[in-house]
Amino acid sequence: MRREIPLIITAVVGIVFVVQYFIPHTPFNRFQELFSDWFFIIAACAIWLGALNLLKLSIISIQKKRRDWQYAVIIVVSWFTMAIAGILGGRDFQTPGTGFTWLYDNIYTPLSATMFAILAFFVASASYRAFRARNIQATLLLVAGFLVMMGRVLFDDLLFGSIGEEGIKPLSEISDFIMNYPNLAGQRAIMIGIALGTVSTALRIILGIERSYLGGGD
Amino acid sequence: MTSNKLKVSTVSFALVLLLIAGARAYSQETGTGESQAQSALSMPQVSEDAVRPAPAAEVVAQDTPNDNGGSIQVRWQLSPDDKKGMVVRYDVERRPAWLSETEYKVIGSASAGSSQVTDNYAEDRLIYVYRVAAVNLLVRSSGDTIPVTSYSAISNEAQSSAQWFNTDRTVVLIVGVIVGFLIIYYIGQAKKGKALFIRKIAGLEAVDEAVGRATEMGRKIFYIPGTQDMENIQTIAGVTILGRVAKLAAEYETKLDVPVSRSLVMVTAREIVKEAYMNAGRPDSFQEDMVHYLTDDQFGYAAAIDGMVVREKPATMFYMGAFYAESLILAETGNSIGAIQIAGTAMPAQLPFFVAACDYTLIGEELFAASAYLSKEPKLLGSLKGQDIGKGLFLMAIVVGVVIQTLGIYDFASLFNIAAE
Repeated sequence: MRREIPLIITAVVGIVFVVQYFIPHTPFNRFQELFSDWFFIIAACAIWLGALNLLKLSIISIQKKRRDWQYAVIIVVSWFTMAIAGILGGRDFQTPGTGFTWLYDNIYTPLSATMFAILAFFVASASYRAFRARNIQATLLLVAGFLVMMGRVLFDDLLFGSIGEEGIKPLSEISDFIMNYPNLAGQRAIMIGIALGTVSTALRIILGIERSYLGGGD
Repeated sequence: MTSNKLKVSTVSFALVLLLIAGARAYSQETGTGESQAQSALSMPQVSEDAVRPAPAAEVVAQDTPNDNGGSIQVRWQLSPDDKKGMVVRYDVERRPAWLSETEYKVIGSASAGSSQVTDNYAEDRLIYVYRVAAVNLLVRSSGDTIPVTSYSAISNEAQSSAQWFNTDRTVVLIVGVIVGFLIIYYIGQAKKGKALFIRKIAGLEAVDEAVGRATEMGRKIFYIPGTQDMENIQTIAGVTILGRVAKLAAEYETKLDVPVSRSLVMVTAREIVKEAYMNAGRPDSFQEDMVHYLTDDQFGYAAAIDGMVVREKPATMFYMGAFYAESLILAETGNSIGAIQIAGTAMPAQLPFFVAACDYTLIGEELFAASAYLSKEPKLLGSLKGQDIGKGLFLMAIVVGVVIQTLGIYDFASLFNIAAE
């Protein structure tokens, strides 16, 4: 029964979701919202599982002086600082001027922005590897990437901007062509595959053929 | 002196007339909607009848199709004075069919130039009639504005109702049934023992090699199941593959580390890894902390994993699930420490990043095929075969569609228009 009940629940919910997509009539139209609400309620409650797990592992790491335990101190201090700031802020803890908001705006947001900014450097290093002209495909990629980049950074204005009132923009047009035709066609092909894969996975789960998400067993 | 006064008066009067004429011409050329109507009507001598617009015509009411009831669409032909700028708005009024002419209530308005309003306050089973009031504004010399309306003829009787099938999605149903039938058919064939050819997927062939490499090097395997929660099918696919990888790791006695960004994923992944270790005959090797939560925050999660990767230098990294901007941050860090990396996602925008930074990438559908492929179980492989045949049908439809559309025989693309939610 430990496996059968989850399988039955999965199958029933899966079928209901498929059916509600085609039937706008009550009560089917309410199922998606109902299940979504329940999911968010469960997920909100489950956040404690994760948060407490993080705290527990960090405290154990400090107690046992595991390798790099100093980082765990930062986690524990940050954990309690934000939690206390939130609690002290009461119901309006997210309004401007509270300690929680100050910490959020002055520590969390800049740190997140820093991580996001690092992406620019990673894009450069990944592009360097991807665009090395090792074979014909890589050379095509390099040329296409170069043309798109030239079109997107408005080199046209610099090179051809003086011709005519509007200016001839061949690089922009080439860039748009590459993005709107070969690129879009490739993306759509991938999307069709993804849609089929999703249908296939959903069917396997609804029919109970795919069971490994319940825990290991086939 | 008198002559001068007369001249001044005459010139002033002429200037006023010129200004008024200019203002009128300007408002007709550039003014729209209310402002135009107001400026045109600010002449005190204009009567209501002079500014009353012609009524809207052919008011048609009908039940909103493919909905849950409670809604009626009202359409009309614009007033002939709409283009002249003499209509500010259209008020749509409703009354139950059996009530008297005086019982109308305004249920919605549309701006000038619009010819449709949806009445979302209709009660199912009640019969309604509608009329449309074309409204202009008369500005009095005191500055007050009064609406000047003209009513259309009464619409047909209409009644809202809920539908039991959304006809806009018929194509989805047909395609879904065909693909579903193919998948179930090939699952049946596989059950009967028929040998099915499944093309090789390099990324999945390399899973054994990647786990083996970690074993040889005595280092960890990192498994990242994406940043989305369990309601995302990619996360489900990701944790499903985790079961196979965990089983291999258990058999090879290689350390596995699964940092997750969602609590529910942690619970699910932990259960899967535990079962995998039990199935591999090594329940004693399983530790709950193998699967641990970091943070729900996208970049906090990326930062934490990057730190762990740099410090612990895992030999192998798996990225299987839904990823956003953190994909390249993670994959490039893994690449920098020389880990063998296998990624799989159905996020088209992130695929190029994984392709650039990882050794193997499962593109879109391959992520969903991975579990079946790795299990080698006939029933699951049958579903892959059905999926591939479905893809073949799509390819044929595309080729046929391109030919038909290019030759102008039929608007083939219109068959696949699907109304959004």
